[in-house]
Amino acid sequence: MSGVRVLVGTRKGAFILTADAKREQWDVSGPHFAGWELYHLKGSPVDSNRLYASQSSGWFGQIIQRSDDGGKTWHQPGTPPGEPTTTPEGMPLAESNKFVYDTSAETGKPLTTHQWYDGTPHPWEFKRVWHLEPSLTDPDTVYAGVEDAALFRSSDGGKTWQELSGLRGHGTGPAWQPGAGGMCLHTIILDPSDPNRIFIAISSAGAFRTDDAGKTWRPINQGLHSQYIPDPTAEVGHCVHHIAMNQSRPGVLFMQKHWDVMRSDDAGDSWHEISGNLPTDFGFVIDVHAHEPETLYVVPIKSDSEHYPPDGKLRVYRSRIGGNEWEALTKGLPQSDCYVNVLRDAMAVDSLDSCGVYFGTTGGQVYASRDAGDTWAPIVRDLPPVLSVEVQELK
Amino acid sequence: MIRVALPYHLRTLAKVDDEVTVDVQGPVTLRAVLDALEVRYPMLRGTIRDHVTGERRPFLRFFACEQDLSHEPTDAPLPDAVASGAEPLLVIGAIAGG
Repeated sequence: MSGVRVLVGTRKGAFILTADAKREQWDVSGPHFAGWELYHLKGSPVDSNRLYASQSSGWFGQIIQRSDDGGKTWHQPGTPPGEPTTTPEGMPLAESNKFVYDTSAETGKPLTTHQWYDGTPHPWEFKRVWHLEPSLTDPDTVYAGVEDAALFRSSDGGKTWQELSGLRGHGTGPAWQPGAGGMCLHTIILDPSDPNRIFIAISSAGAFRTDDAGKTWRPINQGLHSQYIPDPTAEVGHCVHHIAMNQSRPGVLFMQKHWDVMRSDDAGDSWHEISGNLPTDFGFVIDVHAHEPETLYVVPIKSDSEHYPPDGKLRVYRSRIGGNEWEALTKGLPQSDCYVNVLRDAMAVDSLDSCGVYFGTTGGQVYASRDAGDTWAPIVRDLPPVLSVEVQELK
Repeated sequence: MIRVALPYHLRTLAKVDDEVTVDVQGPVTLRAVLDALEVRYPMLRGTIRDHVTGERRPFLRFFACEQDLSHEPTDAPLPDAVASGAEPLLVIGAIAGG
């Protein structure tokens, strides 16, 4: 193992933090795509030089960027300059930044509305890509979770994107509603033991699973209880903030919901609460130790509207027994006057020994622990608000 | 030769430092200029107008010769000074903080 690379998406660009396997001295490169929102960057598990990035702007829309050299250079995979922009029939050609919902009768049920905040029908409108999940086996295959919620896949390295429309069309789509942050598909988990199984989560519709590579889907929200919706145990409508899995146990899932930390031992068929002694069970991130599948991490956040740590103390909470009993991890983290948030995609773990844990804050700090959470130190302190953190091991 | 002035972020995407120029065959309209721009700089597709509807993105406007062309029909002729290259077509992003 020669080192680690931490990919950081922020409100004003991307940053790449690298270190050797000791993880003591860090090199910071960036900002890449300065001034743009970088909702997410992630590397291919089978080619650490292949990175995908979601670059977006309220002015100019969505861009997909790709690097084939570990983030040194980037390009938009798509039609080369001078090539036609339309087919001979006049249809726009697919592009790297083109996400068009599939409403065709052939590949999915035509579906043109979801519910708006007030319950009225609202058309599906593409806004941005929240999450990119590269395939576990093919560097050119990557999934994109988008707002308004849908799942897209590219099998040509991000040049073109096709919707897996069975998700929106499976039946409950017209009942989905946005959360305050928009109706986003923010979590994509590929099952390492079953290439046909994918888990996704949507705010605020809930969690869903496919067992046939994305053709058909079903909600997996049994056991969730959300007091803020008319039917607290409804099939859909739950504001799932994030889901995490340890690759060695793909049937065990951990969820940070709007309120409640939850666990499933049957691939999402049922959930039970594991919030235990947390000071608040609201939060956004959740992750699992790379080598200890019963060791979990969350960052409790005060809510409904404060969205900062309780008592101004930034504390990661760790459970070593799969939930319910949690210990506060504070060494190296600010324990007074801290009022930052940690957003849903802003925590990651590496698989070195011992496991590294990383998270970024809306205050622009990226903290790292080289000892599974026992102690923490900032890699950088003054980035723009951090939207996402991912880590790669470099061989 | 049509001159087009892009906002900073689109110049960065297109990897250009200054105004760009495009050639248009036939009538010089907004649609024809944007079509030519997107052929030469495909990385700009979807950033100025929607991929599918072709509508101007809401935070962008088009100006030329001190005229606001944002709400003109896209097939209307652009001013002669733009068609001749004397004046650029300006693509302007909304001013906003944050």
